Order: sequence, then structure tokens, then C-alpha cells
Amino acid sequence: MTALPSQPSATKLGLVIDLDICVGCHACVVNCKEWNTGGHGAALSDQDPYGEHVSGAWLNRIHTFEIVPDGGELVGEAGEARIVHFPKSCLHCEEAPCVTVCPTGASYKRAEDGIVLVEEDKCIGCGLCAWACPYGAREMDLAAGVMKKCTLCIDRIYNQSFEEEDRVPACVRTCPANARHFGDLGDPGSQVSKMVAARGGIDLMPEQGTAPVNKYLPPRPRTTLAAHAPAGPAAGEDTGGATGFLAWIDTMLEKI
Amino acid sequence: MSPQPRLALSNPVGDETRKTTCYMCACRCGIDVHLKDGRIRYIEGNRAHPVNRGVLCAKGSAGIMQHYAPARLEGPLLRSGPRGSGRFRRISWEEALGLATEWMGSVRRTDPKKLAFFTGRDQSQALTSFWAQQFGTPNYAAHGGFCSVNMAAAGIMTIGGAFWEFGAPDWDRTKLFVLFGVAEDHDSNPLKLGISKLKSRGARFVSVNPVRTGYSAVADNWIGIRPGTDGLLILALVHELLRTRRIDVDYLVRYTNAPWLVIDAPGTAEHGLFARDREGRALIWETVTEQAVHHDLKGARPALSGRYQLGDGRFARPSFELLAEKYLDARYAPEAVAAETGIAAETICGLAAEIARVAFEEEIFVDQPWTDMHGARHDGFVGRPVSFHAMRGISAHSNGFQTARALHLLQVLIGAIDCPGGFRYEPPYPKPVEAHPRPHGRAEHFGSEQPLAGPHLGFPRGPEDLLIDEDGRPARIDKAFSWDAPISAHGLMHMVIANAHAGDPYPIDTLFLYMANMAWNSSMNTAGVIKMLEDKDGETGEYRIPRIIVADAYASEMTAYADLVLPDTTYLERHDCISMLDRPISEPDAVQDAIRWPVVEPDRDVRGFQSVLLDLGARLKLPGFVDARGTPLYRDYADYIVRHERRPGIGPLAGFRGMQGDRAGRGAINPEQLERYIENGSFFTHPIPAEALYFKHANRAYQDFAVKMGFFDQPQPVIFQLYQENLQKFRLSAQGVREPVAPESHRARILDSFDPLPDWYRPLEEAAIDRERYPLHAITQRPAAMYHSWGSMNAWLRQIHTANPLYVPGSVCDAAGLADGDWAWVISPHGRIKVEVARMEAVNGATVWTWNAIGKRKGAWGLDENAPEATKGFLLNHLIHELLPPKGDGLRWSNSDPVTGQAAWYDLRVRIEKAEPGAHSEPQFRPVERLGEAPDELRYGQEWSS
Amino acid sequence: MHPALSIIVFTTSSGLGYGLAFFLGFGVLDPAAPATKAAYVVALGLISAGLLASTLHLGNPQRAWRALSQWRSSWLSREGVLAIATFVPLCLSAWATLFESRHSWPAGLAGSLGCAATVYCTAMIYASLRTVEAWHSPLTPAAFLAFAAAGGAVLATFFAALGAGDTGPLAALALGLLVVAWATKLVWRRRLGALTSASTPETATGLGALGRVRLLERPHGTENYLTREMGFRIARKHARKLVAIAFGLGGGVPIVLLAASALFAAEGGLGWPVFTFLALLAYAGGLLVERWLFFAEARHSVMNYYGG
Repeated sequence: MTALPSQPSATKLGLVIDLDICVGCHACVVNCKEWNTGGHGAALSDQDPYGEHVSGAWLNRIHTFEIVPDGGELVGEAGEARIVHFPKSCLHCEEAPCVTVCPTGASYKRAEDGIVLVEEDKCIGCGLCAWACPYGAREMDLAAGVMKKCTLCIDRIYNQSFEEEDRVPACVRTCPANARHFGDLGDPGSQVSKMVAARGGIDLMPEQGTAPVNKYLPPRPRTTLAAHAPAGPAAGEDTGGATGFLAWIDTMLEKI
Repeated sequence: MSPQPRLALSNPVGDETRKTTCYMCACRCGIDVHLKDGRIRYIEGNRAHPVNRGVLCAKGSAGIMQHYAPARLEGPLLRSGPRGSGRFRRISWEEALGLATEWMGSVRRTDPKKLAFFTGRDQSQALTSFWAQQFGTPNYAAHGGFCSVNMAAAGIMTIGGAFWEFGAPDWDRTKLFVLFGVAEDHDSNPLKLGISKLKSRGARFVSVNPVRTGYSAVADNWIGIRPGTDGLLILALVHELLRTRRIDVDYLVRYTNAPWLVIDAPGTAEHGLFARDREGRALIWETVTEQAVHHDLKGARPALSGRYQLGDGRFARPSFELLAEKYLDARYAPEAVAAETGIAAETICGLAAEIARVAFEEEIFVDQPWTDMHGARHDGFVGRPVSFHAMRGISAHSNGFQTARALHLLQVLIGAIDCPGGFRYEPPYPKPVEAHPRPHGRAEHFGSEQPLAGPHLGFPRGPEDLLIDEDGRPARIDKAFSWDAPISAHGLMHMVIANAHAGDPYPIDTLFLYMANMAWNSSMNTAGVIKMLEDKDGETGEYRIPRIIVADAYASEMTAYADLVLPDTTYLERHDCISMLDRPISEPDAVQDAIRWPVVEPDRDVRGFQSVLLDLGARLKLPGFVDARGTPLYRDYADYIVRHERRPGIGPLAGFRGMQGDRAGRGAINPEQLERYIENGSFFTHPIPAEALYFKHANRAYQDFAVKMGFFDQPQPVIFQLYQENLQKFRLSAQGVREPVAPESHRARILDSFDPLPDWYRPLEEAAIDRERYPLHAITQRPAAMYHSWGSMNAWLRQIHTANPLYVPGSVCDAAGLADGDWAWVISPHGRIKVEVARMEAVNGATVWTWNAIGKRKGAWGLDENAPEATKGFLLNHLIHELLPPKGDGLRWSNSDPVTGQAAWYDLRVRIEKAEPGAHSEPQFRPVERLGEAPDELRYGQEWSS
Repeated sequence: MHPALSIIVFTTSSGLGYGLAFFLGFGVLDPAAPATKAAYVVALGLISAGLLASTLHLGNPQRAWRALSQWRSSWLSREGVLAIATFVPLCLSAWATLFESRHSWPAGLAGSLGCAATVYCTAMIYASLRTVEAWHSPLTPAAFLAFAAAGGAVLATFFAALGAGDTGPLAALALGLLVVAWATKLVWRRRLGALTSASTPETATGLGALGRVRLLERPHGTENYLTREMGFRIARKHARKLVAIAFGLGGGVPIVLLAASALFAAEGGLGWPVFTFLALLAYAGGLLVERWLFFAEARHSVMNYYGG
């Protein structure tokens, strides 16, 4: 595979990640590690696992951002900072720069479903694909000396030994907040495509020209509580303090 | 162009799947453990499981690394170096159990109270409490005293149930959900599943939390409250609801003590108590016949206001009148509380209006006829789809009991308890306080080789139930159920070491701890506790706490202080039962319990603690553990789970009882019970009948169901106690008008905190210190990917939280000249710590915070001494004292809620000063010896690479 | 970007080697002179050392041969193919000079073409990366080629001074190329200074509509492969010093030394070889610093996710 598939299929498997729901619990992160360290491309090594410089190969990580509405659209709690938890794994780009830079052909994008994979036996561990990826989706396994990346759990999604409903990536299967969805983004009628259309799904770093398949659903607009505050005391309801209130109670009791 | 490689896409996960229950936190999810070549290949959520429905969190997904962690204890250990050195000698189980039996046997013969048995993250309290009761020591409790007792006690005393994991919002129907605080390790996956449902449905989610992380990050509205003022916010909401007449009067009359008559006789021993008839039934004023009748009289039309003369000449007023007068006072107006809470008045008004709008304008109706306790038939269930949930933030303040009471009051006023769309009980709750035991452990309850007269923990109905001697001195080592903490329903584990060290109220001989890291993150004043554990008697040269036995699976900071270590198994190697007698996994729609079983066999010389405890019970010849000839009754814990009966037909597990295994709740012992559980995915679920699903506190069908299931032997409906008479009894004692009279020293404290109506007062530490000198609150948040201190030995989880910075509001950073990565001193009235700071805007402006329990002691948990957890991680605990600052009365009061004794570790106040850059956080302690050998590299699963 | 020693040494060493070989291919030195023979050995040595160094950072160097397969799309593969292909005429050319004391024009010119093309491919590995905006410019190959040429000319002057030819014209060429190379680098740096990133935390998260986006917490507590590889950032103050060193050592010093030789040194005396050798050392040193900065000052777009 010198290049991207010359005749890509209409199928574009990928993820849709709902930033309105992700609570940043890292379930997808760890479950991904757990599945993949024993699955396709085993293992995902960890260096100095009980020491000072502990670090390992992970295919999915959650970043936490703080957003201060400086000059931005004021949604909900105007003037207040908010936190957005941001899971990130390979976006399986249509114009995947990691594939075209690969000198050995180890990196490739599957013609039939668009999944970007590494054929580890061919990988020389030069790291150029990681340089070419704007998203940090590729991580070198320092023990194996080869590049690891999200496979979209290719050994799950087509796995005939699984129940149908389990044929989804591990991160999707495990997400407790249901913030992750898997499907064919090349099919406008698919559930994921509909979600993207309805919620204004976004591409990450569109300026990089990578045409990512994975989409992110931005946080939904919010309204303030103060907007619900009654403008003033409701007529006839605010008089008399406790005495007035107890008189009202008496009339209520009679209606019961 | 080379062809695409052929991939093996359909490899089975493993050779075998075993279903058990997770224990990576207190959530208790169902897991499928896939085994391959005898090793654990993969752990995933069990789709059929009612708690997690297939999902699994970060902790659960890291189970492999927990199970194979090098920090696991390998076998029984006897201390060979000084305490805290971590130096041990491996001994046999026979030697270990022999020693433990010898130590505890002599205590039991001479003075059983000299054994203090306290358990930490224990999910087998039905057994551990029974064991301690049979041993005969009054000194037993679990860790609830520094965890959730405020929520539990307030809930049970108010509505007969509690938040935490004992109830849940009606996730499918609620339209407005308000969450106060969070405790990520309880109900964590159900909360995430639920919040996701709400958000997808467009229901509003409001989070009240000083810090906007986790769930708060996705809340539609974040109320960044100043810590410790939640109660004031809630009472302002109550004020607004009353002021705008947006309450459910019908609900109040039906289900609460609002109409109950409160005796109005200031200065007498009855003032503020309920007027009662000769049978002890509370009286109400019947408005048609204009006379006092008992509250349960069918068809009575009660008054909610007025002052009435009773038959005996005394005057009385409906409790609701007192309530309305109190909260309509201007001091609870939103404008009046805005400054204290840090929340704008219009936000409070808006929240109150939204609560009222959803409750009354979006009422839902479930078309399911049902019958109440009076036999009245109703067409269906009326739902007020506003739900609340509350956790850590409220619980760990010294005003937390009253705050939790206030929240229940708010729920009740709008009629949103156990209705469709509201907060719903999970069986065996609701359960009124009357159905709970009183505490046991007075001197007359224990003696040489005698069991205690009853369970240790319970609810005093008044000062007469306190565990004190004639001089008012506490009977328990933790001073639970004394004047210091009268309603300490979960004990005060956080006071045990300090009191035992001081010999106050008396010295002990043996401290027996299970899964509690008291030498580190589970203690306030950690450095002080370490000294107490190391301290020796000047004369004898013996340790002040002579013997410490610790049972745990991992080399923690606490195991380094044990004289004898009883190594526990990992959660995948053991039997457990998550029992209806303790803290089951029920959901609002179903009665549920669960088990664990050894899905892998231990590869070390370790034993499940519960089996060890049964063994010790038999060696000590405790009644209930041996038969008349002294033969052990139970082979091991699995055998106990199946064959132990608490009452006839009622055992640890509710499912698959009876000889055929077809009985639920009550039924004969079924020898095949565990097999049936395993076949069923290690859990049991029994649906609540449709007619019994809501208003369980007053629903005839539910009450009958509960009796049938064996929760009670007769119906136990709950009448919500908005006005809490038991609290008033303590006030009368404190006023000196009712026996037993409170000691002079405790009177002001009780009068200030035992208001029979939900109340708010400033947290005690904040009230005691100079607020200008310590202008900031310092709190912790529980990370979703770490369970207390249990996780740093996990090679995957520790990569997520390797060290913890102190998050500091931007405005505070600017004032103190702090930037990301700078170091600062955090100074409390008790001590100071040096930490690395990180700037944050999405936090209450007067609050600094950090992740809980990431900091570790060097050498503990099988980590390298240079592990960032030890060099850069830190605990706030060093800043918190177990005692309040002296206030000049000659006494040092416990830093606890004065009602329940709940450790008030969220009350902490600090100031922050820029420090010189540092290489490590301070304080640092002498390293403990690292146990076990850790590899330099992990390639888990490499053997399965294709 | 992390300034990996292996890559810095590789690009510097092979750049000098290809530069020298480029000029040798044009027969600028006397093929009969021993110094010319030495020049061929040095050129091939520098190229080989550079290529060997480049394999040091590979995770699986034993599979390096596979990198020759993807020349249709990958600049790294093209570099590999061309590097090996260029060895053929370079070796033929070296053979002719070393053993036959003659200059082979066909092999020489083919070798020169190969040298230029290989250096261009090396540069294009960096210039083709949109993720590193500092590199993503035609100025990057221009600078690489100019530096290789200048280095080659300085080397050629040095060997000429050792008796392989006429130093004057070569020194003039070297002086001119040094000016061109550092001027190109100056323009490259101007562009870098004026660069406003198209990729920001706002575009990286798609959350710009909500406000200013700032990383609060990294995914994991310690450094990982990505932050070690892409997260290197040099302090601005530190960078300014190093830039001065690079321009001074790699540009100023050789220019002064070469000019001084031309003005003051006698043809055939010791002045020329010593001065040009010192110029060469200064140039190589300056170039190492320049290459170090080339990486250290470059920001990778992934750092938008890591607060860098």
C-alpha cells in the first residue's frame, strides 16, 4: 500500500463522541488498553510501571480542557468557566497523512471500511507517522519498537464469536455515559450520521486537511437558572409572611 | 502494490468466561472475567447486570493490573523491625492464627472492650459486626463515621431512607435533577448511565459543587457554591417555595408529621415533643370535630396551623406551623443568603422557580391503581419529576446532618419522595428509624466471654439510649453514642487511634483493622496518627497501642504499622456476599443482591479475610461460630453465606432460597445457592410488583411485599419526620429540663446543633478560626479513575493520576503571584504542606482543591521510592486535625458533626503562600520497606500476540 | 519537537557529505591529487555515518530495508531509495579518482544530481509535514540544499588547500554559498517568527465557539511518547542565544576565516589549510546548533492537546 486506497469504499467506519455527555471518567481509556493489550497487536507495553517515569502505550486518552468564555458565545452560565472532557483516539482520516508518509507500507487504510491500521511486521519504528498525525493518535510501543494505534477494535467489530451487540469497539461498549457511538459515517442514513447531522458534529483541526472520519458532538446550548427567576413576587402570593401563608394553607386544606 | 494483510478477526476472547462482581470501588458492578490459558484476558461489564448494564468504568477495566500488582501481600507477616519500618518475617497461617487467637483470647477473657475491631471499605459488615458482637467488645464499627453517616442518619431519621447508594433518582422519568456534591466510588456507573439518559432526553441537570469537574462538567447549570453552605442554599429554596405557595399540601398531610401536634410548654420536659395518646401515638388536631385525635385515624382532617388546648390542659401546635414560621423568616430569603453561599439571589430564585414549575406543571401520572396503608384506593401514582441526589460534599461537613435533613425537607415539600420522576428508595429501604436497633455497648451489655446484648450500631431515640456510664463517660473507645456525638450511627473510626493512644476513655490492648488505611489517607492529622502508632510507653517500653493486627490484600501505609498482617485475597480470588443484611445492590424497581466467587485461585499463601474471621471465631469459640461441642459451624465464608441464618429463613443471600431454590427473601437453606448465583451471573434480582413500585413508605402492596421478603416481620410504613422529636429530646437535656441531663460542658453545642427542624449553622472550624487569616476552603474530589488509596499499585490507573496538584482559583493565583507549576505552602490552623499548584477558573473563588488520596508514602503500595505519588503527591489530611482548635473552654472538641460525629474533613480552612520551587512535596516521611519485586517493564498479553 | 541527536547528526553529517560529493562530481578538484582521493573518502564517510546514525532512532532497524518500498508516496522512502541509488555513481566516481586518478564525468554528474536530490528528499520529509508549521514551507528544502552546498564548498576549499586544486575560486564559491545559506535561513526564521498557528487549542477541540480553550489536565500524569517526541519546547531567551551562536559560528566565523585566507594566506602555505579547516569546524558546529534549533523551535500541532 503505497498510498491511500485508490478506490475507497463508501463505508467509513468511525466513532462519534458526544462532548455534551462525556464526564471524563477514563473508562474508555482503560478498557481500550485492557482489550488491546491482549488483542490485535498485543501487547501495549508499559515502562517503569511501578517507578518514577511510568509510561505506556495507550490508544485512547482523555484530555481535560477549561474554557473561559472570553469573546466566545455566552451559553448558559455567562462569564463562567466550564470544563470539557475530551477523549481522543485515531480519527481514521480519509486523507490520512500517517499512511502516506510511511516508508515501509506498514501503515495502511483499509479499502473496504476505511480503518487505518499498522502491519506491525513491516513497521521499522521510524516514528514519522506520529509526526505526520496532527492528533497524537499514534504511540510507539517502546518494548516492541513499532507503532501502535486505535484499530477501531477490528478484532471485535467483525468477530463472529461475539454476540451481535458486542461487535463494537471496547471503548463504545464500556462507556458508562454512552458518550461514544460507533457506525458507518459514510452512510447518511446510519444512526451516527444522523446524530452528526442533528447536533452539528465537528471535525478536529479541519485546517490540517485530514478529513477525519470520527466526529465530535459539541456541548448542547444551555440556559441559565436566573432566566427562570420570576421577575418579581407573584401577585397575591407574597403577602403576610407566615400568617398569610398559614391562612393560604387553611384554604388549601379545605380543598383536599 | 502489496495486498492488504489478512487479519484474524474472529478470535474468541478467551477459553472461558466467569461472571462475578467487581470490587474496584463500592459500585458493585457485574463483570465478565474472560480467562485465557489460565490468565485473565479481559474484564468487561456484564450486560445482564442490573447495576451497570454492561458498562464498566476505568477502575473496573483495570482489574487485571490490580489482580497482578506486585504490591499484593504474599503470606502472613510478623513484624520484625520497628513499627512503620515495613520490615516483616513471613510466618505460616497456623502461627499467624495461633498468635491472633492468643492475643484476642486473653482480651476476651479479661476485658473484651480492649479489642477494637474496625473495618474500612468493608462490604461484609453483616458478618464483621456479628463477629464483634459475639466476641463481646463494644468497640466495633466500619468507616461510615468519616464517610457517609451524616447522609445515612439524616435520611433514615427524616424519610426512612438515604441517598448514597440506598436510593436513586427515577432516571427514566425525572425532568429536573439536582446533584449536591459527588462521591465517585458509590453508584458511579448508575449515576453516569442516569445522567446520560437525562442529557439525551433534554432534562435539566443542575450540579451544586464548588468544583466543576466530572459530572458537574456536563451539568446544564453549575452552582459553584462555597463549601459548607449547601444547607443555607437549600433552606433559601424552601423559603422561596413557601413564599410562592408552591408546595404539595396534600402530600404533606398524607405522608409527613406536618400535622402532628408539638407541645408548647417552654421550660418543661415536654416542650417541643409530640403530644401523644396513651398508646404513644402522636396526636393531630381534627378540624371537623375540633379535637385531638391520633394521627393514624382514617378520614381525619388535620389542622396545619393554630394553637390548641389538649385534654390535659397543655397547649400544642401543628409542627408545620413551626416549620412555616421558621423558614419564611427573612434570614432565609435568597438575597439574605447570597453573600454567605456565594450564589446570586436570582440564581436561587430561578432554581426554586424551576423546581416548582417542573414539580407542579410537569406532573406525571402513572396509570397503576394502588392502595395506601389506610386501605384507600388510588387511581395511579402522581409523579413530581424533580429528583435530588447528594453525596460527599454535604456529608463531610460538621453541619452535614442538618444539611441533609434540609434537603429531604425540600424533597418532601414538593411531594417528590418515591414518586414517579422523583427520588426512589431501593429495598430494603424505606425503613423507619423505629425499625432500626438502638445502639448496644453499655457496660452492662458486655462481660468476660459474653456476647454483646445486641448490635453495636443503631439509632438512639433520645439521650436515654446513649452508651455512657453514670458519670456520662463514653462506653466506647471512639466515644460514639456519647454526649460528644450522640447519634453516631456508624461509629467514629477516625477517633479510635487518637483515643486509644490517649487512653481516653480507656486504654486498649489490640487494634484489629480490616481494609482501612488509618496510617495514611483515612485519618485526619496523618502525621499525628503516625506518631501515635509509633509511640511507646515511657515506663514499659511497650507501644502505647500494644498490638495491631491488620488484614489487607496489599502493602499499604497501614500494613507497615501492623504487628501481625493477615493477607487477604484480591477480589477475583474470593467469596463475598453483597447482602440485603448490609448494603445490597437493589435498584428502585427490584430487590437485588450479589456474590463474588474465586474466578481465579490464589497463587500465594493468602486467604479471604471473611474465612479467616470465621476461623478465628471458631478458635476463640465464639457463640454463633462453634456448636455446643466447640466444633466450627462453618467451613469457610462460602459455607457461612449459604448456611448462616439471621432469623429463620433469612440469611446473607435473599435469592434462590428453599430446597428447590425457588424462594426469594425468606426460605430454607439451599446448599446449591452459590451455584445458582453463579449460573445467574453472580447476582439475584426479584422485581417489585407494579402496584408496589412507588410511595413504598405508605404503599400497602409494598409493605406486604417487604414482609414477605423478610425485610421486616410486620409492615413498617414511614411517616416523614420533618420535625424530629428525637433531636428535641437532646435539646431538653441540654436545657437541663429532661433526664438524663446533658453535662454542662456539652449544653451549648447541643443547643446549637440539635434543632428539631432542619437548620444551618457555619461549619464549626470556620466558626472557630479567624476567617481573614484562613480565607480559603480546601477540599478534595474523588477521581473517577481511582478508588481512595487503592489504585496507585495499579500500573494502568497510576498513569492517569500519578501525582496531584493543588488546583487554585485564577483570582487567588493572581493575588498570590502563582502560576502553573509553582510551589506553594498551604497553611491551616493545624499545619502546613508544600505542594505544586495548577491554575483553574471553573472552581468556587474561595476554594482550593486536589484529587483525593493520590499522595503516597515512600515505599508503600509496592512503588519505587521516587514514584511521583510519593515525591509530588500529597494529602490534605496533614492540615486537618481530629480536634477543633481550642476555644478556651478547656476542652478540645472532636472535629466532627456534633450530631453524628461524622468527621468534618471538608470544613478545612487554609491560606496559601508562594514557596521556593521544590523537588518534592512536604511533609515527607521515612520510607517504608518496599515489599515484593516490581518489573521494569510490562508487556501484559504479549503471549497472545498473533 | 524533540531534537534527537541521531537525526541531528544524520542531517548534518550527510548534508556535508552530499555537499562535498556534489562538488566533486563537477571535477572541481584534481583527480590525481591525494587530497582529492581523501575528499572522496571523507564524502562517502560522512554520508555513510549520517545514514547509519539515522537508523539508530528506529525501533526495528533490522527491517530498515522495507523503507525502500514506498517511494511513490513517502519522502522518507524516496530519501532511502535515492541515498542508495546515489551510492552507485558516487562509488564509480570515487573508484575512478581513487584508483584511476581520473574524473569520470558521467558518474560524477549523476552523483551530483543524486546528492542534490537526496538532500532535497531529506528536507521534504520535514517540509511535507503540515503538523509542523515551522517546517511546512519551500524554504525548508531551500535551506537544506543551501546548507549542504555551502558545507560542500567549504569542504572542497579545504581539500583544495591541501593540494587538490585552486583555492581561490572555491573559497569565493564557499563565501557566496555561505551568505546564501544563512540568508535563506534568515528568511526561514523570519517566516517562523511571523507564523500564527492555523491550528490552536480551539480548532483542535472544535470548542472555540465557547471561548478560550486551555488545557487543564493532561490525560496521564507523566510524560508519554508523544510529549517526549513532540513536546520539546525551548525557552525563547535560550533560543535567542543559540540562534546567535548558530549564525556566528556557522556563518560569521567561516566567512571571516575564508575571507582572511583569500586576503592574507599564501597559496600553498599552511594558512589556507588551517584557516579552512577552522572554518569547516566552525561551520559544522554552527550547523549542529542550527539543526538542534530546527527541531527545538518547531511546534507540533498535537501540542494543542497537551498544553504546549
